[in-house]
Amino acid sequence: MDGPGIAAYLVLSVVLFGTGALGVLIRRSPLIILLALEVMLNAGNLALITFSRQLGNGDGQIFALTVMVVAAAEAVLGLGLIVAVSRRHGDLDVDRLTSLRG
Amino acid sequence: MEEFLVWAVWVVAALALLSSGLAVVLFSNPFYSALALIGNLASLAVLYLLLNAEFVAAAQVLVYAGAVVVMFLFVIAYLGGRADTPWAGGPTLQAFAAVVAAGAIAVEVVVVIALKAGERLSDTAEITDGFGSPAEIGILFLSDHLLAFEVTSIVLLVAAVGGVILGGGMPKERAD
Repeated sequence: MDGPGIAAYLVLSVVLFGTGALGVLIRRSPLIILLALEVMLNAGNLALITFSRQLGNGDGQIFALTVMVVAAAEAVLGLGLIVAVSRRHGDLDVDRLTSLRG
Repeated sequence: MEEFLVWAVWVVAALALLSSGLAVVLFSNPFYSALALIGNLASLAVLYLLLNAEFVAAAQVLVYAGAVVVMFLFVIAYLGGRADTPWAGGPTLQAFAAVVAAGAIAVEVVVVIALKAGERLSDTAEITDGFGSPAEIGILFLSDHLLAFEVTSIVLLVAAVGGVILGGGMPKERAD
């Protein structure tokens, strides 16, 4: 394999995952939390495809494609929820959306 | 020469990947975040190409940059100014804890991989010419992974129905 080895790709994927996790934890806008979730899913995909290349086995790519489908479905439902919440509350801040608190 | 080219492309793609990932997280306007996500996905597609995953790279650009991000942009445009939450004044304790937690996750994964697979990461399997091509992915999907392929269609159907129900509003509940 030309260029950087498997470990370089894995480190990249871990750093990207950390960035996404930071976004989910630090931001209060549900839209940006969803975007950061997409970044985390993509970091996972990068690791899957890296291992698929290392093992010379296409199964990892199938996994990555399935993750992509689930990510698309999750984005649809998440955005639908955000639109529904904004219609009811008018205000999108995950720290202030506490009506489900018991 | 080819080796140098691959390294150069990798370094550029990796820098674009990390900086656009940070941009997604740090922009206060969600519109710019969504645009940064496109850059993130494009640089990931380049890395997939370097890893001989041509079909996944194409699907990534089509499905994500073409469909998911456009949907995000529509919702951001629909919500308008309500979608921005600017940063709370100054670094809070919560933000500090979030940085520590995210760093801990990253360090943890690196340590586990280094301990468990450190030696084995250096050997890479030889691959055939067709590796990652649409033909090979199609064969895998319709033989070994047929169940996943079929379940995927149900997931998409449920998501589409759910999206319509959530987006269409719930008249009975809104009456109160």
